[in-house]
Amino acid sequence: MAHFTKATSIHDWLNQRLAVDSVKKVLATEYWIPKNINFLWAMGMILAVTFGLLLISGIFLMMYYKPDTAFAFDSVNYTIMSQVGYGWLWRHIHAVAASVIFLIIYIHMFTGIYYGSYKKGREMIWISGMLLFVTFSGEAFSGYMLPWGQMSYWAGTVITDIFSLGSLNLDGLVQWIRGGYVPGDAFLNRFYMLHVLLLPLAVIALIVFHFATLRLPHVNNQDGEDINFKEESDKYLSGNTKSSKVIRFQFDFLSKDIVIVGFFMIFFFYLVFYHFEFAMDPVNFDPANGLKTPTHIYPEWYFLWTYEILRPFPKNPGLLAFGFAQVIFIFLPFLDRSPNVAPANRRGIFKIWFWVLIVTMVILTVLGKLPPEGIYTTYGTVVASFFILLWLSLPIVTKLEKPIGSKK
Amino acid sequence: MKELKILAVLVFFTLLTYWGIEPFAYSKMHKSVAYTDFVYSDLPALAKVGDAKRGEVLVKGAGACLGCHGIKSQGLLPPMGPNAAAASFGVNPPDLSDVGTLFDQRFLAELIKNPVKALMLEHKFDGKTKFFPMPAFAGAGGDKNQEVADMVAYLKSIAPKDVSAKDAFTVSCGRCHANRYGDWTQIGFVPKTKSNIITNKDVDLLKFKIKTAEYQADLAKYMGKLPPDLSIMIRARSEDFMKTFVENPGSQLKGTAMPRVGLTKEGYKKVKSYLEETGDPSKSAREALGPWVIGFFVIFTILALLWKRSIWKELH
Repeated sequence: MAHFTKATSIHDWLNQRLAVDSVKKVLATEYWIPKNINFLWAMGMILAVTFGLLLISGIFLMMYYKPDTAFAFDSVNYTIMSQVGYGWLWRHIHAVAASVIFLIIYIHMFTGIYYGSYKKGREMIWISGMLLFVTFSGEAFSGYMLPWGQMSYWAGTVITDIFSLGSLNLDGLVQWIRGGYVPGDAFLNRFYMLHVLLLPLAVIALIVFHFATLRLPHVNNQDGEDINFKEESDKYLSGNTKSSKVIRFQFDFLSKDIVIVGFFMIFFFYLVFYHFEFAMDPVNFDPANGLKTPTHIYPEWYFLWTYEILRPFPKNPGLLAFGFAQVIFIFLPFLDRSPNVAPANRRGIFKIWFWVLIVTMVILTVLGKLPPEGIYTTYGTVVASFFILLWLSLPIVTKLEKPIGSKK
Repeated sequence: MKELKILAVLVFFTLLTYWGIEPFAYSKMHKSVAYTDFVYSDLPALAKVGDAKRGEVLVKGAGACLGCHGIKSQGLLPPMGPNAAAASFGVNPPDLSDVGTLFDQRFLAELIKNPVKALMLEHKFDGKTKFFPMPAFAGAGGDKNQEVADMVAYLKSIAPKDVSAKDAFTVSCGRCHANRYGDWTQIGFVPKTKSNIITNKDVDLLKFKIKTAEYQADLAKYMGKLPPDLSIMIRARSEDFMKTFVENPGSQLKGTAMPRVGLTKEGYKKVKSYLEETGDPSKSAREALGPWVIGFFVIFTILALLWKRSIWKELH
């Protein structure tokens, strides 16, 4: 047993029992981040803050929400929106944050792809991030069921139908997932449970895991430079802070993060107060009605690109393509055969691949919202096929890439 | 400088995506239809100058309007309550107190002369096998156009200059549409009743609910379905849809049982403001709080920037 002495202060008392000084060092003051970064490195912090907003607003909403098909719609649209003090504010924060967090997730992901932050020891960072993305997608989808509007009901119908797996016709599985032939009370209740308990727990656990994966390989930097963290941190600690290539997490990195979080919050609350409609689809302000299919059914914007990979094809190939799109990102570290860890603009042909991927996904996103009629279906088929080819070509593209000379 | 370039790329792709999935996609999803700003140019203008005195005699005459409609502002109650009226006609005929202000005069004149045309319900009531409950005015023996103009003049003369948003809604929409967030049912506002303190049951409320349900059953039979509750319709439909639909329902929903409403532009604004009241009640609170929250984060960001500079002085 450790030797305890009479504490000289509260800090000392805690330090003897919890080693708060060492913990602080390890997690914050001597957690080293490269200095050569830009504001894209703050996306993780923005995600953490936005997740916090979702959690807090969600707690308040949960106090008044009723997971019952008879009451859900009015508990959201009437009770929370007009009877609860500032209920409207919590709801708009929750809805806007749920949408904007995906914008930041995509920026975070594409930052990782652009700078090659998934390679050479950083594979687990990428994989844990993608698991987080998948889990968070489930969180978003389950939350979308809760207001029990027309889009909740019909999106719930369409997405759970996917589990019949096309011509396998696993209708029993679909009914088992729904707890009925069509989405009903059991369906709403289980998605409520998923949304407020199981998936948030998984998300929080994965966030911790995601942080842990950063520990050994360290955060990447703008040039993909292989920094000797031991050497550089010694330099910093001996007072050469200006020439050191690393900075402390607390408060060097944090102070920069907080500035960017500040800018983000201005943008975020502008959306919450003046431009929230994009995050709250008008169709979902009609109560769920199993006898009246809406003219257009589409998911929230962040799922549109995968939806468009599912939709234009016939049933079975569509499902295969959809499955492909769902999992392919996770294999990125292994599909990229190039040894270069560098920003895409220095990687020759990969640079083109990267920007073509972005443009393809934007086009798929827009097509996903357009009615699947006439020429749009043709466009959808072509672009979705192109997306698959693009990923299949990645190993070849990266094999052709020349190693960058001055590798350390 | 480099960071600004990165920001420009982010903003570009974000706005491009936004444009594609919002304005562009909606322009493809929703057709744009003709809209005349509630002018009703398909209906003839009044050919004659009406005389309210003569109109009063016609409106109150035997076998005329009062056989079905009430004019509460003149102390004239309808011959039937809403339930009996719905059982007979399918829907409760409107009270005529405010119609002179809310509805366009061309529409009113046509409604008297040829209701099915005014209401744009030719596809529903062909006049051979299916008849609209309100008969066309056959004339009282004189110049029919003059008589119609007189009746319209009378209705305008008794109508209040200003109708409240709530009344505009209940008269124009409320006999077919409920608004549960505004406590409105098709037969009136939900009455203030009390539960029996021992049984904890509110018998009067239950009776009212039964009457409402019976009315709705008759209405649904007449309309083909129960018209939707309008509590938050203002958020479920776009501004463009709302006004074009109210002006000419068939333009947006071909073959709909919803009649043309005939509201004036002012009347439509009143109805819309009531729908905003029930469907978006937080609007004023939102607009009042917004600048404070955003102002807070502007100051927060400035302070954060100063703090960051003081720390990074040692690092660069």
